[in-house]
Amino acid sequence: MQLIACPWCGPREELEFSYGGQAHVAYPADPAGLTDEQWARYVFFRDNPKGPFAERWAHSAGCRRWFTAVRDTRTHQFVSVGPLAGSEATP
Amino acid sequence: MSRIEGYGRVDRSRTVTVTVDGTEYTGHPGDTLASVLLAHDARPLGTSVKFGRPRGIGAAWVEDPTGLVQIEEPFPEPMVLASTVEITDGLVARGVNGQGRLSDVADVARYDHRHVHCDVLVVGAGPAGLTAARRAARDGLDVVLVDDRPEPGGTLTGTETIDGRPSREFVADVVAELAADPRVTHLQRTTAFGHYDDGLVLALERRERGASRQRVHRIRAARVVIAAGAIERPVVFEDDDRPGVMLASAARDFLHRHGVLAGREVVVFTSDDAAYSAAVDLHDAGAAVRVLDARARVPEVWARRCAERGIEVSADTQVHGTLGDDRVTAALVGAERREVPCDLLLVSGGWNPTVHLFTHVGGRLGWDPALGAFRPAAPLPGVEVVGAADGTLDLAGCLRQAGGADAPHAEEEHGEPTMVLWRTAGEPARQFVDLQRDATVADIARAVGAGMRSVEHVKRYTTIGTAHDQGKTSGVVASGITAELLGRPIEDLGTTTFRPPYTPVAFAALAGRARGDLYDPVRTTAIHDRHVAAGAEFEDVGQWKRARHYPQPGEDMTAAVLRECAAVRTGVGILDGSTLGKIDVRGPDAAVLLDRLYTNMMSSLKVGRVRYGVMCGNDGMVFDDGTVLRLADDRFLVTTTTGNAAPVLDWMEEWLQTEWPDLRVRLTSVTEQLSIFAVAGPRSRDVVGAVFADLDVGNDAFGFMSWQDTALDGVPVRLARISFSGELAFEVAVSSWYAPALWDRLIEAGRPYGITPYGTETMHVLRAEKGYPIIGQDTDGTVSPHDLGLGWAVSRKKPDFLGRRSFARPQNQDLLRKQLVSLLPVDAATRLPEGSQIVHLAEDGRLPAPPVPMLGHVTSSYHSAALARPFALALVKGGRERIGEVVGVPVGGELVAAQIGDTVLVDPEGARRDG
Repeated sequence: MQLIACPWCGPREELEFSYGGQAHVAYPADPAGLTDEQWARYVFFRDNPKGPFAERWAHSAGCRRWFTAVRDTRTHQFVSVGPLAGSEATP
Repeated sequence: MSRIEGYGRVDRSRTVTVTVDGTEYTGHPGDTLASVLLAHDARPLGTSVKFGRPRGIGAAWVEDPTGLVQIEEPFPEPMVLASTVEITDGLVARGVNGQGRLSDVADVARYDHRHVHCDVLVVGAGPAGLTAARRAARDGLDVVLVDDRPEPGGTLTGTETIDGRPSREFVADVVAELAADPRVTHLQRTTAFGHYDDGLVLALERRERGASRQRVHRIRAARVVIAAGAIERPVVFEDDDRPGVMLASAARDFLHRHGVLAGREVVVFTSDDAAYSAAVDLHDAGAAVRVLDARARVPEVWARRCAERGIEVSADTQVHGTLGDDRVTAALVGAERREVPCDLLLVSGGWNPTVHLFTHVGGRLGWDPALGAFRPAAPLPGVEVVGAADGTLDLAGCLRQAGGADAPHAEEEHGEPTMVLWRTAGEPARQFVDLQRDATVADIARAVGAGMRSVEHVKRYTTIGTAHDQGKTSGVVASGITAELLGRPIEDLGTTTFRPPYTPVAFAALAGRARGDLYDPVRTTAIHDRHVAAGAEFEDVGQWKRARHYPQPGEDMTAAVLRECAAVRTGVGILDGSTLGKIDVRGPDAAVLLDRLYTNMMSSLKVGRVRYGVMCGNDGMVFDDGTVLRLADDRFLVTTTTGNAAPVLDWMEEWLQTEWPDLRVRLTSVTEQLSIFAVAGPRSRDVVGAVFADLDVGNDAFGFMSWQDTALDGVPVRLARISFSGELAFEVAVSSWYAPALWDRLIEAGRPYGITPYGTETMHVLRAEKGYPIIGQDTDGTVSPHDLGLGWAVSRKKPDFLGRRSFARPQNQDLLRKQLVSLLPVDAATRLPEGSQIVHLAEDGRLPAPPVPMLGHVTSSYHSAALARPFALALVKGGRERIGEVVGVPVGGELVAAQIGDTVLVDPEGARRDG
């Protein structure tokens, strides 16, 4: 049971959090302008690196806020956490 | 009787009576079952699992591989170690022959758990642990100290000297100092059994008093100090499994803890120094002792102490076997197998640091040749290993390592290094390595012969280390013997992985209070007791209890549902729809958000109107559906399916926060705050009109898919013309505080019309007759709105919404996609089981030759009162093109013919919805 440092609430047990996959995958500005291949890339494909990986997490059973975390996929250690880019609030 | 005066810390002023294998034994508080049995020279406890060889007490604590008992009273427990069972009056146990037996009566004891947070957790209250705990406490830290034994002090017998005084006084002083410190929690009988990420340790407390029998402490510590000690390991020789063969330290333990001399004629076979203290102590307590040291050099100090006592010591001497029937009568010494009579054969092959908690969190071990054992190789952040657990076996070193500046002092002892001796010469098939599994050196040789090179593979092939003790004494020995057989150094092989739990933990303890009614939260609606009073049968929908149907005397579910369906189609029924997810969507950009989330247009919805909406994922597959009420320009009430209430709110929050943080919208769950009742049927207008006399419920004033606010005795009520049955219907919503009163009013007003409460099963039949899909029942995440015939709910005007782009993918254009259709069994009698496969029929109406083409499956299937026949909904490849076609559905070995039809089977022209 890892501790994950929510940017707003501080360290909490991992079961309070839910995983949101790779961070910084923006919804395409013009989906209709994409080829099927490009759209499928957005919908179905994500990176799977060995090492630091920027991910989205939500503190679902806490403040319910989404945040970005960099996690090392080899060790599960969280390297850093921070609010989402463009988020109106800062912790 | 082998109880020795002047020894042991049992309370001899009191007597405790226990029964083992039908014989009564007396002991004292502080005894274990094992010490009582040894005190009475009781016969062996049971027989081994595979060969039926006699088994007795092999050690004094959790490492014992053999002394298993079945507890019968006070509560049946299978396969626990006699060495760890503290005796209580009336305890009944018996030896285990082969396997234990699970209790066939329910455990009525309570188990619970507790969350603990501290700066430092110290595991083990031996000399190193006590010293470490005292040091942390003196530093002003919050300290938790846990130890698995009944009393603190670890292996200190009282014969040692610490800071110039008897060691037990040192223990008492430290314990008193810790007890006086409010920042210290000290728990004995508490086994730290698992160590997890970020300083989480689970510890099981065996409680002597209190409401619970056992308690799991979930301890989150900033720093974990592992002072778990070390476990002596045996040397393997022929017939080393005979009762009476015991770890040397165990005999010393029985003597000093319990005042029990485990044998009168003792042979000590050792390859290290520690066993000498057992030899000396047992001699001093009255036993005849002889020491056989495998090493060429006998440690000087011990040679002198033995000589003083007339204990014969032989160097360079090994035990090769034993004699005896159900217990050992002689050791066979040397290659010549000289018989040396004994009733207790003590063995010591060195010490394995108890590194379990260190390796649970990924700590790496390394072979220490000086120590002759594996010990922590590299430090872990936040984890400290001290004392014997770190391979510091001498008392002086333990105290120094754990104590820092004010470390207690003990005299240094200088001895001879341990000789690594895994086994002596003999017949491998009778050299037992894992006494619980009856696994021998021959089994390891067979594993190696079969090509296994990894100790993990050897473990699984031989089962060594997989019993209740998880190889506490056999694991490293098995690695050593494997290494020898392979001709490789043991450091290359390593040891098998230690996984939690350190000792067996009952599932009841892990479950704690989360059993029975507390296993999972149960959610009931505000009028649950009304359903109970009406005789409802309930079904679980997520955590909700929903009334499924209301059988009258003599009715089964089919009959009750047919009656309820008929009532709704011909008169009036009432359904508790309060479990529907409800989300209040508020803010200037609320309409923009909903336009992006729903496939249909919500911004064009007028205040006062209701619209059915479908939500898709980015993949274009249906995720949820429900109704949307526009309450104001900047406010909507969204409903979701019962099971999806939380996922839909999460979904909306995710998009709002991560993609569109610029939208000014707030989302609030109001599922529990708002109760909703559906009043449905041709007479529903009469009922609703009677309750809300001020409201014009006529079709012109209150049209389909519109809502109106009103009040009942000053309580705000919202009504909406929404129908999930195709009948004229009103959804009546009220604050849940007033739900019972409103329900009663509706029932009362409906009495003249025979108002019939109906449950979810009836609701399902009614909606299926109209072809309304249930998301999650008729869909499975691979179904698009178009597949469901909901293309009309997909906006063509909106430039974009979630899922839209995927509709254009070729996969979504495939004409052979599975589409929702109805199925009418041709015999008009068979109810097709949900989940049945649908197959193509050959010309003659039989199954075609394999592979039989699969067309789809039945998703919903019911008896219909309106149709007076069974019917089903199904997902069928290219289903809409096949309308009119007859397909086959294998049911219990028979092939049932069924005709594909349109989904709307009742009132296809929709004439009934306005009454």
